[in-house]
Amino acid sequence: MNIDVNAFLSTLPIMGKGMLGIFAVTVVIVAAMMLLNRAGSANSEEQ
Amino acid sequence: MEFLNDLFFNVANIQWQMVVMWLIGGILIYLAIAKDMEPTLLLPMGFGAILVNLPLSGAIGEEGALTVLFNAGIANELFPLILFIGIGAMIDFGPLLSNPKLMLFGAAAQFGIFMTLSLASLFGFDLKDAASIAIIGAADGPTSIFVANTLGSNYVGAIMVAAYSYMALVPIIQPPVIKLLTTKKERCIRMPYEEKSVSKLTRILFPIIITVVVGIVSPASVSLIGFLMFGNLIRECGVLNSLSETAQKVLANLITIFLGITIATKMHYEQFLTPSTLLIIGLGLFAFIFDTAGGVLFAKFLNLFTKKKLNPMIGAAGISAFPMSARVIHKMGLKEDPGNFLLMHTIGVNVSGQIASVIAGGLILNLVG
Repeated sequence: MNIDVNAFLSTLPIMGKGMLGIFAVTVVIVAAMMLLNRAGSANSEEQ
Repeated sequence: MEFLNDLFFNVANIQWQMVVMWLIGGILIYLAIAKDMEPTLLLPMGFGAILVNLPLSGAIGEEGALTVLFNAGIANELFPLILFIGIGAMIDFGPLLSNPKLMLFGAAAQFGIFMTLSLASLFGFDLKDAASIAIIGAADGPTSIFVANTLGSNYVGAIMVAAYSYMALVPIIQPPVIKLLTTKKERCIRMPYEEKSVSKLTRILFPIIITVVVGIVSPASVSLIGFLMFGNLIRECGVLNSLSETAQKVLANLITIFLGITIATKMHYEQFLTPSTLLIIGLGLFAFIFDTAGGVLFAKFLNLFTKKKLNPMIGAAGISAFPMSARVIHKMGLKEDPGNFLLMHTIGVNVSGQIASVIAGGLILNLVG
């Protein structure tokens, strides 16, 4: 086992992009779910 | 005498490393049977570990049955994908659909994956192996197999053992981390559940929309999310109840039988008995701890801005270990305050973790693959 600080530092941007990416996708999904819920409730009210 | 020599010639081929692997296999079988820890996977893996570590084992090698199964079902990611159809058919996304914001906790609780990626790199694993090890934090067996295999990791066996063992250890790993990060007052915060009906149209469109969104952002994981959501669509469409039942029970059981024993192909002592395995098991624990911490701290962060305070414990349910994590946190809430029912919230967060872990797996493949 060897400690490679440079490798650690080089992965920090991946960590940042990964967490940012996952939150960005999640926000899109949450927005889509909210729209779906609205569409769904409007549809059931019409029925 | 010669006859006896011929009969027992293979005894001379037994090596101490093989015996260690038999013991490890025995421990996995013991944990599965006596402690009821993920028995559907730990038992076949334990037995498989013994099988592949017998001297001159015919189960492995070019034409060995387990090698054939591995090439047919894991090397091409078929088994984990088919299993995902069954898992998708089992999951009711209703609690999440009635409160979509819970999905954010699923995202926050993937923090351990990315943190572990950096830590594994620090310990000298190359980037692809580090990413494969980090995905243990997805707390999701099929995703772990898929990512580790796609990235061509040399440590699939150790990663699987760690992933499934820690999933079974959620009741032991999560509570101390949650307690460390929360006060008694926070753990007692009540969150009344307002039941909202979710229309059938919403339930049907949900898996399709998720597949499209995740598929566009992360094409490498489209089969993972697609198979999960296909299973869910079968469940929710209302006209394929028989298929849904088959996917949930027969299909999932059949694949599970082969999955565990086939993964054991990667538990041959030459690959498994290395210092790296111990390190991977340690890193897996680290990933679970930081997943839990990510979810809890994110809930505490949101509490700084919201009037209706959240019980930060629910954030920890954002890992994909479903439904164990939801139940563990619900029980913790009841222990702190017998009138505090968090189950519907924790279930919502927990199913969001299932989706978020697949997204995280896809992002890892995008960023590293």
